[in-house]
Amino acid sequence: MTAANTSLNSGKVALGGPLTRFLMNNPSTLLFIGLLALFTIVTTLLGEGLGIGVVSTSMVKTLGKTLCFCLVAIAMDLVWGFCGILSLGHFAFFGLGGYMIGMWLMYARTEIIVLKAGKAATMPMTPEEIRSAVGEQIFGVVGGSEFPLIWAFADSLFMQLLFVILVPGLLALVFGWLAFRSRVTGVYLSILTQAMTLALALYLFQNDSGLRGNNGLSGLQNLPGMESTPQALVSIWFLWASAFALGLGYLLVKLLVESKLGNVIRAIRDDESRVRFLGYNVEAYKLFIFVLSAVIAAIAGALYYPQAGIINPAEIAPIASIYLAVWVAIGGRGRLYGAVIGAAFVSLLSSWFTGGQIPDIQLGAYRIQWVNWWLVLLGLSFVATTLYAPQGLGGLFDHLSRKKGNPDG
Amino acid sequence: MFKKLALAAAISIATPVMALAEEIKVGILHSLSGTMAISETTLKDTMLMLIDEQNEKGGLLDKKLVPVVVDPASDWPLFAEKARELLTVHKVDVIFGNWTSVSRKSVLPVIEELNGLLFYPVQYEGEESSKNVFYTGAAPNQQAIPATDYYLEELGVEKFALLGTDYVYPRTTNKILEQYLIDKGIKEEDIFVNYTPFGHSDWSKIVADVVALGADGKKVGVISTINGDANIGFYKELAAAGVSADDIPVVAFSVGEEELSGLDTTNLVGHLAAWNYFQSAESEANTKFIESWKTRMGEERVTNDPMEAHYIGFNMWVNAVEKAGTTDVDAVRTAMYGQEFPNLTGGTAVMLPNHHLAKPVLIGEIQEDGQFDIISQTEEVPGDAWTDFLEASAVLKSDWKDLGCGMYNTETKTCVQIKSNY
Amino acid sequence: MLRILLTSLLLTWLGASAALAQTPASPSGFRELLQENFKLIQRSSVKTVGPLLSAIRDGKFEQGAEFLSKWEEKDVWYRKQDNRLFYVKPNAAKAYDLVDIETGEVTATAKKGDLRQIKPNSGVRAMLSAALVEFRLASSDPNIRRESLESISRNAKPEHLKALREAIAVETDADLKTRFGMIERLLAMQYGENTEVRVSAIQSFKESLGLEVRASLNPLLSTSIQHADKLPSGINLARVIVPGQTVLLDDGTTRKQTLIDRLFDRNVEMTVDEAYERLAGKNGLKEVVSREQRDAALVDNLDQGRVGGFNLADLDNENARNRAYRALADAGKVPSSPDGEEIADAVSNHVFYATYDESDKSVTDAARDTLGRINMAVRWNTYLDLFLDAISLASIYFLAAIGLAITFGVMRVINMAHGEFIMMGAYTGYVVQQFITNYTLSILVAIPMAFAVTFAAGVALERLVIRYLYNRPLETLLATFGISIALQQLAKNIFGTQARPLTAPDWLDGALVINDVVSISWIRIAIFALGTIFFAGLWWTLNKTRLGLETRAVVQNPRMAASMGINPDRINMLTFGLGSGIAGIAGVAIGLYAKVTSELGSDYIVQSFMTVVIGGVGNIWGTLAGAGLIGILQKLIENFNPSNTLAAQTYMIIFIIIFIQFRPRGLIALKGRAAEA
Repeated sequence: MTAANTSLNSGKVALGGPLTRFLMNNPSTLLFIGLLALFTIVTTLLGEGLGIGVVSTSMVKTLGKTLCFCLVAIAMDLVWGFCGILSLGHFAFFGLGGYMIGMWLMYARTEIIVLKAGKAATMPMTPEEIRSAVGEQIFGVVGGSEFPLIWAFADSLFMQLLFVILVPGLLALVFGWLAFRSRVTGVYLSILTQAMTLALALYLFQNDSGLRGNNGLSGLQNLPGMESTPQALVSIWFLWASAFALGLGYLLVKLLVESKLGNVIRAIRDDESRVRFLGYNVEAYKLFIFVLSAVIAAIAGALYYPQAGIINPAEIAPIASIYLAVWVAIGGRGRLYGAVIGAAFVSLLSSWFTGGQIPDIQLGAYRIQWVNWWLVLLGLSFVATTLYAPQGLGGLFDHLSRKKGNPDG
Repeated sequence: MFKKLALAAAISIATPVMALAEEIKVGILHSLSGTMAISETTLKDTMLMLIDEQNEKGGLLDKKLVPVVVDPASDWPLFAEKARELLTVHKVDVIFGNWTSVSRKSVLPVIEELNGLLFYPVQYEGEESSKNVFYTGAAPNQQAIPATDYYLEELGVEKFALLGTDYVYPRTTNKILEQYLIDKGIKEEDIFVNYTPFGHSDWSKIVADVVALGADGKKVGVISTINGDANIGFYKELAAAGVSADDIPVVAFSVGEEELSGLDTTNLVGHLAAWNYFQSAESEANTKFIESWKTRMGEERVTNDPMEAHYIGFNMWVNAVEKAGTTDVDAVRTAMYGQEFPNLTGGTAVMLPNHHLAKPVLIGEIQEDGQFDIISQTEEVPGDAWTDFLEASAVLKSDWKDLGCGMYNTETKTCVQIKSNY
Repeated sequence: MLRILLTSLLLTWLGASAALAQTPASPSGFRELLQENFKLIQRSSVKTVGPLLSAIRDGKFEQGAEFLSKWEEKDVWYRKQDNRLFYVKPNAAKAYDLVDIETGEVTATAKKGDLRQIKPNSGVRAMLSAALVEFRLASSDPNIRRESLESISRNAKPEHLKALREAIAVETDADLKTRFGMIERLLAMQYGENTEVRVSAIQSFKESLGLEVRASLNPLLSTSIQHADKLPSGINLARVIVPGQTVLLDDGTTRKQTLIDRLFDRNVEMTVDEAYERLAGKNGLKEVVSREQRDAALVDNLDQGRVGGFNLADLDNENARNRAYRALADAGKVPSSPDGEEIADAVSNHVFYATYDESDKSVTDAARDTLGRINMAVRWNTYLDLFLDAISLASIYFLAAIGLAITFGVMRVINMAHGEFIMMGAYTGYVVQQFITNYTLSILVAIPMAFAVTFAAGVALERLVIRYLYNRPLETLLATFGISIALQQLAKNIFGTQARPLTAPDWLDGALVINDVVSISWIRIAIFALGTIFFAGLWWTLNKTRLGLETRAVVQNPRMAASMGINPDRINMLTFGLGSGIAGIAGVAIGLYAKVTSELGSDYIVQSFMTVVIGGVGNIWGTLAGAGLIGILQKLIENFNPSNTLAAQTYMIIFIIIFIQFRPRGLIALKGRAAEA
């Protein structure tokens, strides 16, 4: 396979030296980070929050969310494109990250409202009263009123930020350990990861799960204590944060795959048993990569949902994770920029097609409405990609750049 | 690549911003794909029909009404995104949309932030009153409570099975009903509550459990808040178990003509539904409405309650815009209070200061042809945003006209919050 | 509740009928009586219709019974212009002949728009039916007698017993006579003239399981809780309750709460606080002051920002508020609240017990004994019913998964579009029903049609996509997923988003009722049968036919098979087609039992893969075992927590993930070289 060959070649180039040397050796990474910075600056200047207002806030939000998708796509590429584990459950981690930050956002915002309303009462509120009033507000809309145990630390931003990393990381660790130690591989593993995300989604769908069931956590775009800050500005902040996280994530993963460790995991992808015979602890490597990518996905989720405004269990249904695999496949796996391109391209195209901006086509007596036909088109394009362009869009890039005499893009 | 993308994006959004002055844009925010498309597509078509009819009458304020249809694809975060797009990019004057409560909760912060106007046409769980939303569907006291009264008083039901899909509307409705039943002297152990996932299809055990409730000699009644196509499996199992409406009646709050059109109703005759509208209601306006719907969509199509809600909501909005002389949201909202419009079942709907309608409650029995026989019709019941049957919300009231607050605590005489809960 | 309602109704009837009886009840007065009560008939309610019914009965009108039964059947109409009641008959001129209620003659005609139908609700209909009992029990039509009997069994009253006994004596139909006898005994349990009659009626049901038997026995054992200084004698004692200690068991006995009870959330029947609540306020026992009352009292006694020696601002915790209240109570400004010791003392000085509402001890003893036996039998039968449910769920999973067992299990091709093949089969069934209206025939046509359609689709998929991807399983997964979403959306575009009906023939309606506890719907039995046939057929095809042999050969070693003269391309195509075709038939079955929507397939896809994986890839015995395990487990988990089916599914999946740890190759794993293929 050409993908394997080129990536193995690139392994020789990486020496794991200081960062600058690394960037010099990998001009593509430098280029990517430069483009990302340029994109962020241009969007900021064009946006409504700080710039001239040509790009609407909803567009800025869409772009910010797309950056988060790119980040989770990188995590997916790390685990699938480089390590050969086709995880169909990465949105479980993405969603958990969102839930963890969402809990704090909801709690803190509601607490402010409660305290304000409490000033009207004659007696100052007791801590129990505050907590139960916050609970009434948060769970009242889903027919409950009491705080479940998992909300114990919801009032602390620090703890919830820690949970963004810990909870998905722990889930990935336990699941990965169970799966890898019994040598579940290939399509079995894919189905098992799918089952994992389905189980989590079904669990969260229950009201009794304590995370507001089907309703999920909402109003996340309103940052506590900053109600008067316009969304135009908040969206720009999140765009910056997402861009920063994407850049950092890209660099980190790139460093990783170009290191010696990167060589091992690629070797695992290409022939697992041979690596095992060479004396490597394959399971440990796989577990490390799996957990790392889960944490990256969770961070992407924690940045995504405050921009989306609402998170609920439907977000982590198996279909979302399959879409993620499709982005990476269309973008071209085994190359990080491929994942980024795939996620950006497909998710933007998708929101464009379903947005009703594309005029319908009159085909004789039948009227083609893109809203209805977009999914058909998307589905068929997966098939076409797998059959005719297994390297994805990134493969096309490679093809072009190879013509210019640069084999590593 | 990214520059190109950003550029393309900038171009794509720059074009539609220029709205023509002689147009009034009406946003339609209903899912056309995904799980909720089954219910919401009908409402999109209803809105398009109403807009076309209004344009034939000469439009509004001498301007043409232009529908802007977007597809939030049954994806709740997408609802918020599309709502923002409608308000900021398309600059619509009003939005008609949403079905599920969670989609409404997703949209709420956005329309409150951007001061939009939303007409929400579906029966819902209450406990909410937003400055920017008019609720044209039923609040619990306009559907659930009268139906429960009917059970208690007319059918003498002593034991209740509250079956629902596991989401906010059934959860809140059942919580209210449980409290209401306990207040009415029904014992807690005589109330059986069960929640199933969306699209549940394996009903045999639950139906058996319900039948077994009758073992202590009390009359059992089912109150169903089962949503969407899970109903099909439920009613099929009910029919298979030979449960007749005389033994164990089932009253449903989410089953209308549209849902029954997917079913053979011979075995369901006599089971009940409570709504503010049935297609079988006899009035001239209704005959006309059904006729134009069938002409437009096909003879086999049926009308239902949320369609009537949009019918009333749209016409009230039109009248309010005419009264205000502008489509400005604040002016229209003020003009909305006290708006009256004849509803399709014969009476008159009134918009109350709490953004809910006063509407009659109808209880219908399922017929063999999939229609409902109306066996009980109340006077107009004013919609109550905060239920009186739960301790926490009994003290709350909503009055946007005089108090300017949707969540006013009558005990402490303060406004708890101006924005709504989401 | 119902009984109170009924007695109060009865009383109002009697009172009101006395008043109504003053109007002369001449034979021709019937119409007048009805017109006088027109409003009441038009908007009839259980609460108001009683007096009219008794007036009709007391008036002994000859048309009375006919009117009541027409009313019940929604055959009474009125003319809008003058509110006059009629029966109607549609006539040839697309209008209605109006039939006079008193004379039975056609007096006028009217258009439908001028008429309104009177629609009594089902509560009123039940009353009408009950009012007609005596009349109907004497009917010559056995069906009417049977209906009337059911009406009694739903809504029994003491006076029915006599009518029933009279009717039994003259009943000729043997079946009906047994049923009559049964209802008579049910009534006798409650209303029998003396203890012996009642006890023997109760004991006659020892071997019965019936819901109506339990429904009649349980009310005999209703209890009410009381308290006294010491246990009085001469009462029909049900049990003694020790507050905070005893739990009430299903059989009506009590025992001390054990650790196990706590684990299973079986709470004590009455807590000490609840017991005290019954005592408080009497004999100088203080009322418990609730938190709300305390806070209200604190606010009421606020004096210049201070209360009970505390600054208002310091009352921001429970402790301070309690102390402030106690200070107020000590000062005599508010009633003091009893402390824990006072409560415990007061409760321990009383005895709490439950007595039967039925005073006759031999009746309650007999009822308890009989009910105990019945409940034991019911319990066993419930497990049997659960088992049948599990088998039925398993056969549905099996049907959904068996196509996969071939494409994934045998060929190792991941086909994410498998669910959509199921959907295609269901829609094929729907389309066939649009053309063939006879349900039996249409199903018989639909099954081979569905097979043909999905077979063709499967072959097309294999030829166009999958054969290029045999060496790339993960990409097959993606490509077929693309097909899956495209097909799903196509189905939406073609058939719309509404669920479409797929109606089972009449003979599949209803259920096989073994007794009042155990029953299973015919449609599920049919699915079970279909699953069995599939299993046998498939096993035979794979093991006994040429095609099966060639398939197994190609799967194990395509090159070797090719060199033996087998065309692997053809075999792959046929096998894939077979798997898809079976999915199509499964679609018809699933559509019959649930619903036909474009999402039908995706509901089953993950479960189907699980079934195959759990069972063990590579043989259909595994799929059978997998489906059985999943079905039974899911039902068992549901049984533990009947109010939450979602949780059952979550636990199920977690179980599967853990299960794979121990048997990564599934329940029935292939051994040897086949396992590596």
